Amino acid sequence: MNWRDQHIRLRRLEAEAIAIMREAVAEFRNPVLLYSIGKDSSALLHLALKAFAPAKLPFPLLHVDTTWKFREMIAFRDETVRRLGLDLLVHVNEEGLKRGVSPVASGSGLHTQVMKTEGLRQALDKYQFDVAFGGARRDEEKSRAKERIYSHRSANHGWDPRGQRPELWRLFNTRIKPGESMRVFPLSNWTELDVWDYIRAESIPVVPLYFAKPRPVVKRDGALIMADDNRLPLLPDEVPRLQNVRFRTLGCYPLTGAIPSDADTLDAIIDEMRTSSSSEREGRLIDHDENGSMEKKKREGYF
Amino acid sequence: MHAPAPHLLRAQAIAADTRPGLRFLTCGSVDDGKSTLIGRLLYEQNLIFDDHLAALERDSRKHGTNGADIDFALLLDGLEAEREQGITIDVAYRYFATPRRSFIVADTPGHEQYTRNMATGASNADLAVLLVDARKGLLAQTRRHAIIASLLGIRYAVLAVNKIDLVDYDQAIFDGIAAAFAAFAAPLGFKDIRAIPISARDGDNVSSISANTPWYDGPDLLRYLETVDVEDDRAEKPFRLPVQWVNRPNLDFRGFAGTVASGSLVPGDEIAVLPSGQTSTVKAVISAGEEVEAAEAGDAVTVTLADEIDIARGDMIAAVRARPQVADQFAAHLVWMSAEKLMPGRSYLLKINHATLAATVTELKHKLDVNTLAKLAAKTLALNEVGVCNLSIARPIAFDAYADNRDTGAFILIDRSTNETVAAGMIDFALRRATNVHRQSLTVSKAERAQLMHHKPAVLWFTGLSGAGKSTIANLVEAGLHARGIHTLMLDGDNVRHGLNKDLGFTETDRVENIRRIGEVARLMTEAGLIVLCSFISPFRAERRLVRELVEEGEFIEIFVDTPLEQCIARDVKGLYRRALAGEIKNFTGIDQPYEGPENPELHLPAGEADPALLADQIIDELVRRKIF
Repeated sequence: MNWRDQHIRLRRLEAEAIAIMREAVAEFRNPVLLYSIGKDSSALLHLALKAFAPAKLPFPLLHVDTTWKFREMIAFRDETVRRLGLDLLVHVNEEGLKRGVSPVASGSGLHTQVMKTEGLRQALDKYQFDVAFGGARRDEEKSRAKERIYSHRSANHGWDPRGQRPELWRLFNTRIKPGESMRVFPLSNWTELDVWDYIRAESIPVVPLYFAKPRPVVKRDGALIMADDNRLPLLPDEVPRLQNVRFRTLGCYPLTGAIPSDADTLDAIIDEMRTSSSSEREGRLIDHDENGSMEKKKREGYF
Repeated sequence: MHAPAPHLLRAQAIAADTRPGLRFLTCGSVDDGKSTLIGRLLYEQNLIFDDHLAALERDSRKHGTNGADIDFALLLDGLEAEREQGITIDVAYRYFATPRRSFIVADTPGHEQYTRNMATGASNADLAVLLVDARKGLLAQTRRHAIIASLLGIRYAVLAVNKIDLVDYDQAIFDGIAAAFAAFAAPLGFKDIRAIPISARDGDNVSSISANTPWYDGPDLLRYLETVDVEDDRAEKPFRLPVQWVNRPNLDFRGFAGTVASGSLVPGDEIAVLPSGQTSTVKAVISAGEEVEAAEAGDAVTVTLADEIDIARGDMIAAVRARPQVADQFAAHLVWMSAEKLMPGRSYLLKINHATLAATVTELKHKLDVNTLAKLAAKTLALNEVGVCNLSIARPIAFDAYADNRDTGAFILIDRSTNETVAAGMIDFALRRATNVHRQSLTVSKAERAQLMHHKPAVLWFTGLSGAGKSTIANLVEAGLHARGIHTLMLDGDNVRHGLNKDLGFTETDRVENIRRIGEVARLMTEAGLIVLCSFISPFRAERRLVRELVEEGEFIEIFVDTPLEQCIARDVKGLYRRALAGEIKNFTGIDQPYEGPENPELHLPAGEADPALLADQIIDELVRRKIF
C-alpha cells in the first residue's frame, strides 16, 4: 500500500515542494540546484526528479566545495551523480585556497565567509544562474523562519530581510531585474522530522555518516569532532577515541559536531529524533559565533 | 507553572498524519502578546530544544521585558531588528506537533504599517487567533485584523482575551469583550468564533484549564486547536487544474503539470481547457513521478490527454460540466500592500493561476472602512487599505470567485518597474463587457473625440520582412495598450485582404492600391480618436510616405521591425520562403523583390534575437515619451 494514502500531511508537503520547483523552472531562464550532499539535499533532489518526470532534470547541480567536507560526503556525491546520470558542477574558491583559508588556520567565521559564501557568489556569477534551489527549512533557525519561499537577492546576492515581498497564497512573484536572482526553498514548510519520514517512506539514499557507528572523535569546545583526515591538528591532550556516534547535520568536518548515538537505521534515527532535546544546528559550530549570525551571513549572500 | 516531564510529550508527538496540519495565524495589536503566547505554548508542550531555551534565557536577560523571567516573545522574534526593538516586523512561521495534531503557525505583526504581512499570513491559514488585551478591549487594529482574516477566506476564529490576570480574572470584562466582538463580526461570515480568557505570560487556559477562571467552561486554547475541524471541502468541488508547466521531453509525451486546486480526477474523465473551450478526456495521471489511478485536490500531478490540443501555462483544465468563469474583466477586493498608491488606469502585472498578464484597475468603486465596514468614496488606495474595484486584463482567462475557491480566485498585482508585489486580490465575479462600456457622445470634432479617449490618435506602422515578427509585436502592443484602457484597432493582411481589399491581387498597382486603402481606413480611425496598429510588409518607401502624408503631423509612427533575412528564412512560419525559393511564389519580398528599409523610422527595432514582449514595452515607452497618452 502506498504511504501517501495514510500520510496525508507528508503527501501535501511533497506536492507543495514539487509545485514550488515547477514554478521556478517555468519562470526562470537558468536554474540550478544547490547540492550540499546532506539529507535535505537528498530529499530535494528526489523531489526534483519526481517534479519533472518523465523529463530529465532540467537543471544542473552545483556543489560549492570548501575542500573540508567529510570524505564520505564526496564519495556519496559522486556516486549519486553517476547513479542518476546528473549534471554536476563543482566550484571551489581557488583564490581562498591560495590564501590558505581553512577552518583550522582561519577559524570558522572567515572560512565560511570565504569558502562558502564567497565561493557560492563566484559560482552563481560564473554560470549566471538566475534561480537557485536550496534545501533550507524554516524550522532550522530563527531568521530562516521569516524568509520567503521565493527569496529575492540583489545583484550582489544580498538578502534584505526588511524589504521582502509579501508572499501570498501560492502565487510567487518571480519578477527580477537583470543581474538579480532568486533563491527558492521548496522545503520551507518541512521539519527535520518530515525530511526523515520522507527519506524513509521513499527509501532515499543518504550519506552513511548519518548512521551511528564507531568513529574516532575528539572532544573540543564541547563538541565531538571527527578527525576525518590528518589535516586536523590535535592538541597534546587530544587523543581520538573510538566512540559510537552519528551526525545530525553535515558540513565541514572540523566544524561539525557528532552526537553520541546508537541509531544505525532510519527507524532508530527517527525514534531518536522524537525524543531529542537539542536542535539540529547545535552541532554546527558556525552558527554559534553569536546570536543572529545566520541572519548576518544571509544578508551577505550565504544560503 | 511547570513544564511537563522532560520530553515525554515530544516522545509521543507523532502527529495525526492522516489529515493535513492545521495552519493558523496569530494576530492582534502590538503588545497584545502574540509571540509570548506561541512561545508559551511551545514551552508548555516541551517543544523548545534545550539549546534554544539556553539562548532564550541569554536573550531574555539582554533584551527581555519580564525582568528575571523568560521572555517568550524573544523565541519568535527572529530578526535582529525585532529583538532590539521588541516588535514583530515580519511573518514568522513556526512548526510544532502534539500527539493529536501538527501545526503551522504564522506569527504576524501587530503594527499598523505591517498589516500587509498579516494578510500574507492569512492567505495560507484556515484559522485566526485574534489577541485582545483584556484591559483595552477591542481596538481598531483588532477589527482590521478580523476583517482581513475574513476577507482572505478564514472561516474560524479564536478570540484570545489575553492578560486576564491583569483584570483580576473578571468574567464581566471577558463577557463584555466577547459580546462586542460577536456583534462586530456577525457580518464577516465566520463559521465559528471561540472566545477564550488567557494569560500568555502565566499560562492560564493556554494548554490546560486554569483554576483562576472557574467561570469559564470551554476548552483551553491548545485543546480547541487540536480538535477544531476546519473542513477541507476542496476535494468535493468541481475539478480544477491550473496548468503550471508543459512537460514535453520527447515527441511521444506531452503532459500538463500542475497542482489540483479542487475536485479529483481519474483517467477517462472528460475535461475542458479554458479559455479556449476545447475538450478531451484524461488519458493518464502521474503523481509524484508515478502513474496513479486517481488524484485529488492538493496533489501535484502531470496529466496526459487523449487528444492533441493546444494548452499552455496559464490555461486551466477543468471539469467539462462545471467550468470556471472566463472573462477579461472582473470585480475584486484588493488589499493594497505598497507605499506607492494605487493608480487606476495604470498598467500593472497580474498573476493568477500561473498566468501573468497586463492589468488595469478601470474603476475603484469604494474603499472599506475596516472599523465599521462602511463603504467610502475613494480615488486611490494607500498602503494597508482595502478596496473594491473593477479590473481589466489583457486577455480572457479562467478563474473562480474567491468565495468558491481560494486557489483559483486569488491574484496578486505587481508593479512593472519595481517588481514589488503591490496588492493581494480576491475575485468577486466576472464582468461582462456590456457592464463596463464607456459612454458614447455626439461630439463632432476630432479634437473633442480625442479628448474623450483620454489619449491622442496615432498610426503605428509596422514594416519589415515577412516573418520578421511584426504581427507578434503589434499584437503585444495592442494588448498592452488595451490593458491601459486605450482604444485601438489592428489592421493587418488577415482582416483587410479578406474584406475591403479582396478584389486586389499582388501586382505592383494592386499593392499600391492596397496600401492606399489601408492608409485611408487608418486616417478615418484616427479621426475617431483610435490608435491604429498597421502590420504590413510594405516594402516600398513611397507607399509608406503616402500613408504618412494622409494623417496629421506626428500621428504616423513608423516602426521598423528589423530581422535579418536569414533568420526570417530559418523561421519560415508560414512556409512561404520555402515556396518562394522554389520559385512557386513570384515577387516575394526579400527573395525576388527588394525591401526598402526606412531611412528615418520613428523606431528601429533590431528584432532578431530580442524578446517580442520587451520590444512591445519599448514601443509603449516610446508612445509615452511622445505623449500619446
